[in-house]
Amino acid sequence: MPLDLEHGRDLTLALLPELLLTAWAAALLLYAAWRHRDSSAQRRAGWLSLFGIAASAGAVLWLWIGGARLEGPATSVAVDAFRWAVDLIILVGAALTVLLSVHYLDREGIRVPEYHPLVLFAAVGMMLLAGGADLFVLFLGLELMSVSVYVLAGINRRNPASAEAALKYFLLGAFASAFLLYGIALTYGATGTTKLSRIGAQISALGIESHPMLAAGLALLFVGFGFKVAAVPFHMWTPDVYDGAPTPVTAFMAASVKAAAFAALVRLLLEAFAALQPGWDGVVWGLAAITMVVGNLIALAQRAVKRMLAYSSIAHAGYLLTALVSGSLAGAAAFLFYLLFYTLMTVGAFAVLIAKGRSGERDVTSDDLSGLAESHPLLALTMTVCMLSLLGFPGTAGFIGKWYILTSATGAGYAGLAVVLVLTTVVSAGYYLPIVMAMYMKPRLHEMAHADVGLPRVVRGMLVALVVALLFYGIWPNQLLTLAREGSHAFLPPHVTPVAVPFSPN
Amino acid sequence: MRTILFWIFSGVAVVSALLCITRRSPVASALWLVTTLFHLAALYVLLDAHFIAAVQVLVYAGAIMVLFLFVIMLLNLGRTGPGDMKGAWGRVVAGVAGFVLLGELLAFRLAAPPGRLRLPAGAVEHAAEEQGAVTAIARPLFEAYLVPFEITSVMLLAAIVGAVVLAKRKL
Repeated sequence: MPLDLEHGRDLTLALLPELLLTAWAAALLLYAAWRHRDSSAQRRAGWLSLFGIAASAGAVLWLWIGGARLEGPATSVAVDAFRWAVDLIILVGAALTVLLSVHYLDREGIRVPEYHPLVLFAAVGMMLLAGGADLFVLFLGLELMSVSVYVLAGINRRNPASAEAALKYFLLGAFASAFLLYGIALTYGATGTTKLSRIGAQISALGIESHPMLAAGLALLFVGFGFKVAAVPFHMWTPDVYDGAPTPVTAFMAASVKAAAFAALVRLLLEAFAALQPGWDGVVWGLAAITMVVGNLIALAQRAVKRMLAYSSIAHAGYLLTALVSGSLAGAAAFLFYLLFYTLMTVGAFAVLIAKGRSGERDVTSDDLSGLAESHPLLALTMTVCMLSLLGFPGTAGFIGKWYILTSATGAGYAGLAVVLVLTTVVSAGYYLPIVMAMYMKPRLHEMAHADVGLPRVVRGMLVALVVALLFYGIWPNQLLTLAREGSHAFLPPHVTPVAVPFSPN
Repeated sequence: MRTILFWIFSGVAVVSALLCITRRSPVASALWLVTTLFHLAALYVLLDAHFIAAVQVLVYAGAIMVLFLFVIMLLNLGRTGPGDMKGAWGRVVAGVAGFVLLGELLAFRLAAPPGRLRLPAGAVEHAAEEQGAVTAIARPLFEAYLVPFEITSVMLLAAIVGAVVLAKRKL
């Protein structure tokens, strides 16, 4: 289905997923304003928002399967498989967040029906971030996502930690946006365009590969995105914000916000700045290495599980950066594959934390999880699978993802970074495995230790599905690998034919 | 003539920006900021961006600054307050950061954008005469940049809803 974005009809079709979700969010907002007082309406708003997400995902699938492709000049949105793949990952993350939130909001007595429309608005922002082919769209998508998530972080207004998290996130996020904007301005100054594909063309046409203004622009873009994906040394806000925000929102931030910002960074580097790869690979190398080392080492020292997961998500930003360093298609494919399962395992781990920590997830330590396997085998199993997958244990999807990232890095000659990845992964066993040990090998602290653990039926179903997905694709990943490779072909230079990347995990 | 006007307006803008950040009283700071914004508007006129200049005066110097002053007066901020920068080190770091930025700007002045990107002389005036200042902005806004323009409206909606959700004590 060729789409010429100069025509209104084709532009509408290309933006159909975002339009559907925006319209649904606006309608839901009206519903929330109408039925403000009863808590059942808030629950219903949650279930209704799932329909919007499903409709949007349907539109994405329809466009992907229909073979939508760009015809005519490049405009402000991309029409390619990479966008559809990231859109689906984002929508899965948003749907899981809503599923976790519905009962959480009831339990914690948070009565804000606008919560669910804000999740949808954030998802729209993320999808625009993943699909923007113009620096304007990237920036506005980032802001739409960020503004919604600032509010979500502070939605529990009676909790000072939540307010602190929202304010910190807002101030540092605004600061990071300013860096990003300055970078965009300098890039425009050097190339005279904000369209990603045209930037790439202008760089080679004008021969400005080493122009200082372009280099400064790219450096500032790195700073801005570094903040958003929480890469060291721009990670300072992450632990406090992840710790203070309501836990479903933390899961949303750790999984989807990071995924969307990363997707935009991938598109920026591979589409606009591909010619500069010999210059920026050193920057990505350094960022990835220091992020993996610092994230993993500080995570070792954490006692509270929520804070440990915050640092673990920083470490995972380092793994994802490793996939980027080569700027190759194999790297982009590895990135897509890892992104999907990173989303699933992160949300899974936070879901267990939500079930365990009644109004005090911040205080749950690994000792509090002792003996969870006896009374709640499903929770313990989910946590175990998520921890092993985050660790990259063979047999889980996390292993395949890490393996694929490693082959993409070593294949392009970045063996040093691959060594750092393997070594820091070994370190990470030091904080993932004690949780598994506590659940299965330690006795309960006292008889009623897990009496208050609540597991609604919906969440139970969701956990089963997550575990099945993580294990199934850990053993039979081929189908998804093919899809990920198809997604990465969006960055194929027009004159290069696809090269099959040999891959065998065994 | 243009050069003389440029130096006058930019000089006053820089001086009032300095006064804006050195005054102790928040009201005085805000008023100096108004002066800065007015002179920036004059610089936009010199760049033949008449529409931007008008918007600058209406929106920034007008609406936003009035809002600023209202907030300052409603919060009843006292006449004096402690400085933001703590200690000698804070001042040194801030000063160094400022000079780095200045050096960066000067470096960009030297490394001018590639020549092929420059508009031919008089192109801006010509476009403004032919289409009018507003059309020259409106046409790209609603054609080439339609998608970003529409996203802005969604973003503002989310921001308004968020502000109400967070700020209103009892909904």
